[in-house]
Amino acid sequence: MAQTLYDKLWHSHVVHEEADGTVLLYIDRHLVHEVTSPQAFEGLKLAGRKPWRISSIVATADHNTPTDHWDEGIKDPISRQQVETLDANIREVGALAYFPFKDQRQGIVHVVGPENGATLPGMTVVCGDSHTSTHGAFACLAHGIGTSEVEHVMATQTLTAKKSKAMLVRVDGQLGRGVTAKDIALAVIGRIGTAGGTGYAIEFGGAAIRALSMEGRMTLCNMAIEAGARAGMVAVDQITIDYLQGRPFSPKGEVWDQAVAHWRTLVSDEGASFDALVELDAGSIAPQVTWGTSPEMVVTVADRVPDPANETDPTRKSGMERALAYMGLQANTPISEIPVDKVFIGSCTNSRIEDLRAAAAVARGHKKAANVKAVLVVPGSGLVKAQAEAEGLDKVFVEAGFEWREPGCSMCLAMNADRLEPGERCASTSNRNFEGRQGQGGRTHLVSPEMAAAAAIAGHFVDVRTFA
Amino acid sequence: MQAFTTLQGLVCPLDRANVDTDAIIPKQFLKSIKRSGFGPNLFDEWRYLDHGEPGMDNSKRTVNPDFVLNFPRYQGAQVLLARENFGCGSSREHAPWALDDHGFRVVIAPSFADIFFNNCYKNGLLPIVLPAEVVDQLFQETAASEGYRLTVDLAAQTVTTPSGASFGFDVTAHRKHCLLNGLDEIGLTLNHADKIKAFEAQRRVEQPWLFS
Repeated sequence: MAQTLYDKLWHSHVVHEEADGTVLLYIDRHLVHEVTSPQAFEGLKLAGRKPWRISSIVATADHNTPTDHWDEGIKDPISRQQVETLDANIREVGALAYFPFKDQRQGIVHVVGPENGATLPGMTVVCGDSHTSTHGAFACLAHGIGTSEVEHVMATQTLTAKKSKAMLVRVDGQLGRGVTAKDIALAVIGRIGTAGGTGYAIEFGGAAIRALSMEGRMTLCNMAIEAGARAGMVAVDQITIDYLQGRPFSPKGEVWDQAVAHWRTLVSDEGASFDALVELDAGSIAPQVTWGTSPEMVVTVADRVPDPANETDPTRKSGMERALAYMGLQANTPISEIPVDKVFIGSCTNSRIEDLRAAAAVARGHKKAANVKAVLVVPGSGLVKAQAEAEGLDKVFVEAGFEWREPGCSMCLAMNADRLEPGERCASTSNRNFEGRQGQGGRTHLVSPEMAAAAAIAGHFVDVRTFA
Repeated sequence: MQAFTTLQGLVCPLDRANVDTDAIIPKQFLKSIKRSGFGPNLFDEWRYLDHGEPGMDNSKRTVNPDFVLNFPRYQGAQVLLARENFGCGSSREHAPWALDDHGFRVVIAPSFADIFFNNCYKNGLLPIVLPAEVVDQLFQETAASEGYRLTVDLAAQTVTTPSGASFGFDVTAHRKHCLLNGLDEIGLTLNHADKIKAFEAQRRVEQPWLFS
């Protein structure tokens, strides 16, 4: 019978199945960071259990690490304790690889895994972080887990799980200039809503997806969770294989050939059936800007802020009113007339080299607008930072008045010192515009790197397609 | 894990859709390396008028009198009544830890985000999905009658109102068994250690690149 990619990934990892369909799913790769692991390591120790397979673990510190003045260390004592706790736990337990604070390969866990070849097609990949869906770009079954499950994976190399339904999001046609994977992600969420993918694993397919680089596919799968789907995935093709060749943990020699032959089978079979289908035409997608406090509250840059008066559902209507009040916006305001106070270019969604190249191409030869207080450019990892500097992108940003920072999660969730002040409005390439996400009272608008750079220069949102 | 069997609990209504885990427990409290003590900071940015940081004496902070959790009539609530897509966003298990630490044992909503839903079961917190119109009715009844309590019976898989109306809910046999008995899931899984070892050995032969 024709199988979906998700069927193949699922069935190839089932160790044991109970009568109610609950299975023990084998886990190949366990990514670990400092925020969601300390209680798991402690639980393991208290129960006197040993980790099952330490060579499955790749760890880094990313959420709490500062993005400037690294010579001064981590000033916040509670943040420092959490990072030092990870240091101590990995020292005691071990790992395939650990990229601690200040290591040249340190960075956001979802950037570090793929760029080191630690994320390989056909793997199950888990991490105590919802954006683990990112790794599905490599035809992995990848999803976020809670801390109890982090402990469960460490102790048993498995998870208890039930199979989700399968959704195909097919994006055919060709993206226009200045329209990116981020805009596809936001357009999909705008279409199906933040709960539209709940209970599903999403496969992204179609000509526009096949045309995306691995960076673009990671951006798209990263935001599957924002559509409610724990896992997003893209089938293997030559772009996948070319990306992986020569990475530190990628297979080498004969084993590489053997691996590639297997990876090429990681596609949905012709005629495989999905439980749901969503179709978009890439050519009709315009640059997206969120206006509210949920990623589904999104319009195009040419639109106006929606009016709750036009909403009939009472829960949705009150949600819109609350969002507008929080965001300090009037209904019907043109998006292009909304000024921004800060700009953030970074996060596990958009901090890879391609994202920085795109932002730099817009910023080159311009200066940030006077009303924009700060523009933070935070590369996803030390390797991304080094690559960007080798290409001179750092100079482009600095000449435009942007700040070139050290790698980390930074102002995506503001666990470190990078944050919005109450009432500040930010054009952000991150993934969540929830209340308080980038700092209490902060107002987040999600956009692509190109759109963020253009907003920094114009001082307000502007259609990057017509931006000189 | 604490077991869950039956509960007759006071209901607190939180009438918002898409309540995310950043709202349930803001990021600054995730710096803790412990599992407990998150209750005072549950819904911190809605519950207090000042900005909260770890280590503050929460009893000295300015409480938001307009936030439902602070209403005198809902003090001691054990059942949280919520709207669609409750617990969306971050995978932080600190969210169910904070709900549990505050005293909630049950959350009822028309739908939940997947990771949050799963995390609840690991902590003896029961998430119950009921049809939107039933949840709507429960919101109305809670508002209409002070001291409104619901009876939740996990073995029977029912939620019963004070007037005796009863609604069934779904739960997988595996989760129900673990929750009713307060079982350590890792211990249960390790009963299958031989199967895991055999699976792993086979995988090592077939896909050696996964084990380098």
